Parts: sequence; structure tokens; C-alpha cells
Amino acid sequence: MSEGTIAWLLTSSALVLFMTPGLALFYGGMVRSKNVLNMLMKNFFTISIVTVVWTVIGYSLAFGTDIGGFIGGLDFLGLKGVEGDALLFMVFQMMFAIITPALISGAVAERMKFSAWVLFTTLWALIVYPIVAHWAFAADGWLFAWGVRDFAGGLVVHINAGVAALALVFALGPRKGYGTEPMRPHSLPLTLIGTGILWFGWFGFNAGSALAADGIAINAFVTTQIAAAVAALAWVVAEWMKTGKPTTLGAASGAVAGLVAITPGAGFVSPMSAIVIGLAGGFLCFGAVNLKSRFGYDDSLDVVGVHLAGGIVGSVLLGVFAQSSVNEFVPDGLLFGGGAFFIKQVVAVLAVMAFTFVASYILARIVKALVGLRVDENQETEGLDISLHEERGYVLSE
Amino acid sequence: MKLIIAFIKPFKLDDVKDALKGVGVTGMSVGEIRGFGRQSGQTEVYRGAEYKVEFVPKTRVEVAVDDGDVERVVSAIEGAARTGEIGDGKIIVLPVEQVLRIRTGERGADAI
Repeated sequence: MSEGTIAWLLTSSALVLFMTPGLALFYGGMVRSKNVLNMLMKNFFTISIVTVVWTVIGYSLAFGTDIGGFIGGLDFLGLKGVEGDALLFMVFQMMFAIITPALISGAVAERMKFSAWVLFTTLWALIVYPIVAHWAFAADGWLFAWGVRDFAGGLVVHINAGVAALALVFALGPRKGYGTEPMRPHSLPLTLIGTGILWFGWFGFNAGSALAADGIAINAFVTTQIAAAVAALAWVVAEWMKTGKPTTLGAASGAVAGLVAITPGAGFVSPMSAIVIGLAGGFLCFGAVNLKSRFGYDDSLDVVGVHLAGGIVGSVLLGVFAQSSVNEFVPDGLLFGGGAFFIKQVVAVLAVMAFTFVASYILARIVKALVGLRVDENQETEGLDISLHEERGYVLSE
Repeated sequence: MKLIIAFIKPFKLDDVKDALKGVGVTGMSVGEIRGFGRQSGQTEVYRGAEYKVEFVPKTRVEVAVDDGDVERVVSAIEGAARTGEIGDGKIIVLPVEQVLRIRTGERGADAI
């Protein structure tokens, strides 16, 4: 690697790490004040858990010598022989492995036991994440080898986390009082700061995924900015028309939806295509979030509506807007004369959804059998901050 | 002596404070509270989900006054807090048995 690339990837790794505390604030502002610390901790502690899992074994399972296109071997166990450029790639990928399970935490907010979260995250980072990462990111993974492309993690991060969130929500059940009691975000300023940190970090996430300080990185940086801005516009316009008011939470949600939607194609599509992908991400995620009430499941902070829906929109639209003239490592999409690539992208979405849903649901049931998934009713009413952590987020008197 | 308790719209606090100073009131207590009356709450929308919020933020102002000042003080609050919209609040006047200034030990109207 050139010195420029090393500098950019070290910087990008730090940027992607920063997204997880950003996500903690994004989610933390949306829960009730009695659960804010638990929400922050579920994100923050995931950094520690996954760092250990990834270093010891996860990296090897994702990027070790291929076994049948399904999973990596154990040759990099304990980072054996992983040095120099490979060590840099390892730590860059580690940050993705951290934020992916952290994304799930929004769906289980305000009711999942912390111990159950720690156990679930450990198992999920050990089993589910490395397998899906191997499929789509490793050269011999079956999706990548077949021709599927996922520039920065539409499949591996967002669809993966979104589907796992759905599985966990089914295993966990709704919050006490869901649908009858108001469950308002307690601090949208926190959410907006979190959104800003996510947006900032996402430049490392997407432009860093070029794995070089080159023109592809520049393209990914630009498409990321465009899609996020356009999707925030789209979401706010949609809600303004539907409910009559433009909201702060709508702008924040739209920006994140756009960032999610451009993730799989950031380095594969043109800036003009990023406008369309941003529009689609904003409008369709707004629609998906509004559909939730029809289904009645309690995905508390809309991980499914934003990350699963946005991941699907982005991964499928990559099959439409990909341009080999932008990046020689991607075939042309439907709009530019391709065909087979679009089908492959759709199949990849379905494959990851099927695998991750089943695997995550099984893990959730195992955790339920071992330690139980939910806090008891009194703890839920009192709030998880006091009942699980013996701390308060806001102390208003000395 | 009377204790006047006024429940007002939070953004009217400065107007009420100035009006009270204008009629010679030298001290007051205020608190941020929540409650509902005929206004009976408001609707908030988050990501398209509507929440009926029954308890809305209000400000409570408490002033102790001598009997002769009651009408002036009540009128000052009334005038400053009124917008004409629903939810302007209420003023309650209660009898006060005793007032005592802790530092000096003064009692009764002198302590107000």
C-alpha cells in the first residue's frame, strides 16, 4: 500500500469506529429518559465485545482461507501471520463488525436484558457476521465469486443487521404498553448530534471501502454526501405532505436512510445516480417505517424500516445504476445495458435475509433459554437505567 | 395575607414577572410543572406515529401578598398571561395563616 492509502485507511478506521458512539446518541435520544443509559451502553459495550471476538477468531472466519464459499478457515486465528497491510485491513473491517450488531440494538430498546444483549452480540459477532462478510466481501465467498457486489456493506452491514433486528423483535415481543402509552423520543437534540456523527463517520465507511486513496474513494465520498442530503429532503417532503409538519426526527431519519441506501453502491455509481438512490432511500424508508404500525411488531427505533429497507433499496438499485465506467470492478446495471448483475443482486438480498433471519432467530432462542431475553415487568416500568445499571442519565438536583 | 398561585403558559413567564414587579411584588417562586385542564393535552407526531400527550408543560408562579394587594396582583397576572387561546391557565387565591422570614424572625405581613 502507498503511504497515502495507509494514511487514509487508518483515518477511515477511526471514522468508522466513531460511528458507533454516534449511533448510541442517535438511538439514545429516541428512547424515554429512563432508558437512555442502557441504550448508550448496548452500543458502547458492543465495541469491546466485538473487538475481542474479531481479533481472536472473527476475522479468520470472515477472511481466512475459504471453505466452500461459505466461511473462512482458522488460519488467522489470533491474527496469526496478519501483519502490515493485512493488519490494517483487519482493523478497518473490525469497525464494520462492531457497528453491525450495534445497529440491531435500536430494535430491542427499552426491554432487552443487558446480559442477554451481551450474550447475543457475542454469538452473533462470532457466527452470523463473519459468515455473511465472507460471502460478500471475501474474494472466494460465494456471493462475491458469483459476481455480486457490495461496496461498503449494504448486504453485510445493513440488511444483515436489519433482518437480525426483525428476528430478535419476534423472539422478544413488544414493549409493555406498546401502542397504548406514548413512547416519545426524550431528546431529539441527542439524536441530531448522533446523526451528524454518523454522517461524518460514513465518509470513512464508504470512501474507505475503496481500500485506497484514489478516484474510487473520491467518487464514494461524493455519492455518500449526495444521497444523504437528498434522502433527508425526500423524507421531510414526504412527511410534510402526509402530516403537515416537517420534523427534526424526519430529517435525521432521512439522512441515515440515504446513507444506508448509497452504501452498497457508493464506489460503483455516478453522482447523478446517487440523487435517484437518495430519493428512493428517503421515500421508501419513510414508507417502510409508516407500514410498521400495520404489522404491529415493536421494532422500537425502526431498524427494519431504515436499515433493512434502505439496504434492500441500495443493493437492488446497484443492480440498476452500476457503471463499469465508474469502477472497472463492477458490471453495468440494468440502466446501462446489463441484466444478469441485477438478478444476482436480488438473489443476494434474498439469500442474506433468509440465512440471517433463521440464524439470528435460533441464537435469540438459545439466549432466551440460557439467560432470558427480557427484563421483568417492574424493571421495565422503572426503567432499565436504574434497574439494570443503578445509574440515572439526568440528575437534575445535586 | 393570601397566597396566589398562577398556572400559566411557560412562554408568558417573563411578561408575568415584569407585570408583578410593576405592581411592587418583591419576590416570587416559579416551577416547571406538567398538567392539563380544558386544553386537555396536545398531539405530537414522531416518524408518522401520533402520540396524545395529556400532560403539557406549564409554569406555576407563587406569590404571597398582603390582603390589600390581592386584587392588583391578580389583575397584573391575568393581564400579562392572557393570550385569549385555550390553555392560558388559572389563578388560585388561598388564605395564608402565617409568614415568617427565617433570617430575621419577622412574622406576618412584614415578612412578605
